[in-house]
Amino acid sequence: MSRTTLDLWVGFFVAVGLGALLFLALKVGNLASSSSGETYAIHAKFDNIGGLKVRGAVKSAGVVVGRVSEIRFDPEAYQGVVTLQLDARYKFPRDTFATINTSGLLGEQYIGFEVGGDTAMLKAGDTIKKTQSAVVLEKLISQFMFNKAADDGGKK
Amino acid sequence: MDNGILRALRGLGEKFTGRIWRLGYASRFFLAILLHSGTSLRRIHLTIREIYFTGVLSLIIILVSGLFVGMVLGLQGYDTLQRYGSTEALGVLVSLSLVRELGPVVAALLFASRAGSAITAEIGMMKATEQLSAMEMMAVDPIARVVAPRFWGGVISMPLLAALFSAMGIFGGYLVGVQLIGVDEGSFWSQMQASVDFRQDILNGVIKSFVFGIIVSWVAVFEGYDAEPTAEGVSGATTRTVVTSSLAILAADFVLTAFMFTGT
Repeated sequence: MSRTTLDLWVGFFVAVGLGALLFLALKVGNLASSSSGETYAIHAKFDNIGGLKVRGAVKSAGVVVGRVSEIRFDPEAYQGVVTLQLDARYKFPRDTFATINTSGLLGEQYIGFEVGGDTAMLKAGDTIKKTQSAVVLEKLISQFMFNKAADDGGKK
Repeated sequence: MDNGILRALRGLGEKFTGRIWRLGYASRFFLAILLHSGTSLRRIHLTIREIYFTGVLSLIIILVSGLFVGMVLGLQGYDTLQRYGSTEALGVLVSLSLVRELGPVVAALLFASRAGSAITAEIGMMKATEQLSAMEMMAVDPIARVVAPRFWGGVISMPLLAALFSAMGIFGGYLVGVQLIGVDEGSFWSQMQASVDFRQDILNGVIKSFVFGIIVSWVAVFEGYDAEPTAEGVSGATTRTVVTSSLAILAADFVLTAFMFTGT
């Protein structure tokens, strides 16, 4: 069996095809950034999770430190229970404040951590005590309208 | 009168059982290919030759149509997204639609008409000119020598072609979106990377194209092998290859999408 130009072309084809897959994986997808390394789970309870989705980002100081892995409903407390997988490289104090934020006006929602001052750190399986629910735009607007109307009424 | 109805019913039943019969024969043929594929792996140059004919020679059509599909996606996506003031999401739109759907499906449709029809015509002509019977006379199994290498050539080529189609399409979207229209380059790529998941989107797309590769190659070699050994029979088989595999691709795409991308 001898080498032919045909082999060269097939080799070229396979190399280019695998190159395209690599391009998709690294440049288009998030394989490079999503370090599938060690994570630990933290729970957080929210009165209203808004439009938060599984696989949503968890950010602290704007840097992605983890992902939302599960969203459940707690039938006793009537709250949404969100399970977060945090990167094991990062530890957060026990009194970390979890808020649901929106990136941009119409962007997707993510969980933001505001770090507290406790010296004890969150361990796997812990629940974050202090949380702030998603801002519901309709509520905000109706509140604004209500206040506006009340103000106008007071002036007259 | 009674006779006419009876004949119509009989014709209908015959057509139906004919379809079932062919399906069963095709399934048995598929198993035979799998059983005989040891030869095509041992004598790898046979398969490499087929990868050249089905894969390498399909490169031009796949690359050019990928580029144009991506460019059209860039134009159309920009037009819609600018109404909502979120043109930065153009990269997400282009890449997700290509990697999940258009890449595997359009590449498979092109592959079916470019390479599948050629495989059917080739095997059909071999049968018509009694080359397959001649092989059997020489105790060479035509399934192992002719059919299995073509099948595996198609199955190997298809995911690579689909990946090239997607990559080329994203480049086309980049060309139109960023270079021509002027969407911010940084947000184009970064938003794309933030929302395209490797396992969820890219790997599922590869699985899709792999399944489509099996479907197209299977239909192509079966129709060729089952063709009536006449010029008319071969032409009919070639047409059936394109029609059947295109429909099967679209139906399988629906099923696969329902499995892969529903739920959260």
